[in-house]
Amino acid sequence: MVDSARAKGDSAARALITAVAVAIVCALVVSYAAVTLRPYYIANLEAERGAQLESILDALSQVAGDIDPADVEARVVELDSGRYSRILDAATYDARKAATDPTLSTLIPPEFDLAGIKRRPDHAVVFMTRKRDGSIRELILPVHGVGYQSTLYAYLALAEDANTVLALRFYEQNDTPGIGARIQDPAWEALWPGKRVFDEVGELRTGVARGRVTGGSSDADYMVDGISGATRTSLGVHGLLRFWLGDFGFGPYLARVRQGEG
Amino acid sequence: MLVKPWRALTAPLIDDNPVTLLILGICSALAVTTSLDTALVMTAAVTCVLAVSGASVSLIRNYLPRSIRIIVQITIIASLVIIVDLVLKAFAFEMSKRLSVFVGLIITNCIVLGRAESFAMRNGIVLSVLDGIGNGIGYGLILVTVGTIREFFGKGSLFGVQLLMPTSQGGAFEPLHLMLLPPSAFFIIGVIIWVIRSKKPKQVEQSEYRIRGNSGGGGNA
Repeated sequence: MVDSARAKGDSAARALITAVAVAIVCALVVSYAAVTLRPYYIANLEAERGAQLESILDALSQVAGDIDPADVEARVVELDSGRYSRILDAATYDARKAATDPTLSTLIPPEFDLAGIKRRPDHAVVFMTRKRDGSIRELILPVHGVGYQSTLYAYLALAEDANTVLALRFYEQNDTPGIGARIQDPAWEALWPGKRVFDEVGELRTGVARGRVTGGSSDADYMVDGISGATRTSLGVHGLLRFWLGDFGFGPYLARVRQGEG
Repeated sequence: MLVKPWRALTAPLIDDNPVTLLILGICSALAVTTSLDTALVMTAAVTCVLAVSGASVSLIRNYLPRSIRIIVQITIIASLVIIVDLVLKAFAFEMSKRLSVFVGLIITNCIVLGRAESFAMRNGIVLSVLDGIGNGIGYGLILVTVGTIREFFGKGSLFGVQLLMPTSQGGAFEPLHLMLLPPSAFFIIGVIIWVIRSKKPKQVEQSEYRIRGNSGGGGNA
């Protein structure tokens, strides 16, 4: 048995040579493909980001009049302090990548993880337009959280008071078509403009109601109706807003904006 | 074992279909068949990997020591899958996002390693390529069938084109949400296997054990 295997050249040396040869050829081919295809991939990523921002600008134009994309400023915010980062550049910083990198993100204590995302990047890219005097006119915040069966990504646009909602637009989700996916329906999106995030004493009040917002209650100023049949998606939207507008999210930053330090 | 080229290409379509006869590649058949276009792109990706891995393994089969053959086959398959993934990311970005990890998981698709080990190790390059393409198409036939049924009944559309207006948008079509969940693919593949095996009884496997009747031990009937 051993002899016949030897006769077929099944020696350790031969196995080693074959293994090394295959490894080298495979490594060369894969490296070549990676290097030649990378520029296309990068271009796709940039086009995707551009399209996402265009979608929210489009939503903003509907509530706040036309916005020239050239007027939109992008800044990197350090979430813990709420200050703009002096080191990171909005054009190159990738918040999604940072969210999975332990050195660039923070583990969220489970009891505070309303968005169900486990890790939060230490920095986020926010977008804004400014008035002539340099103060903020519109503010656009990226938010995300877990829905029913996918992660929901949205842009939340706030007015100059950093409190009134101009628009909430989900640009990426994969929840059930016709049910949870209705968070992208124009009819549901239209519920958001005019809602407020915080009440007079600064308490976070915005969110999605379970079922309908009861008419007459003060909640109607802050919350929108849940989507019937999509309880989990509605809860997901509620949770992600509460998280990202809260102390672990953009809370510190929004406080600074309200004090005119945006 | 003498295999005719035409047979190598066509046998895996129905007679030796990797999904319905060998029950391989089920994982991806569940995951990427919620719509028809993802099913087609997945088919193309798997077919490419099968054809090229068949050719590569067949090319080096006489120099490949038996002791390391599996790891070498996997290395070749993994390299090909990485390249397919890169090509999709470069030229079909949207699609690659929707297929997500399932392109990478072609590495673990048993059809690919199965054909490399059982066919390409024993046959010439041309036959191995044909066998790879045949198995890819055989896999694809099932994916496309399942994808068509799931997308049509689950969303009322084909290739993303809305054919039936769902009730949520004022139409008369109530989407079957079960179709968009993974178990529905199991049911559909089960039905396909049943249909094929009742047409071709040769595919029905021998029972490993006989179930004895309840009354008095039976057994010899």
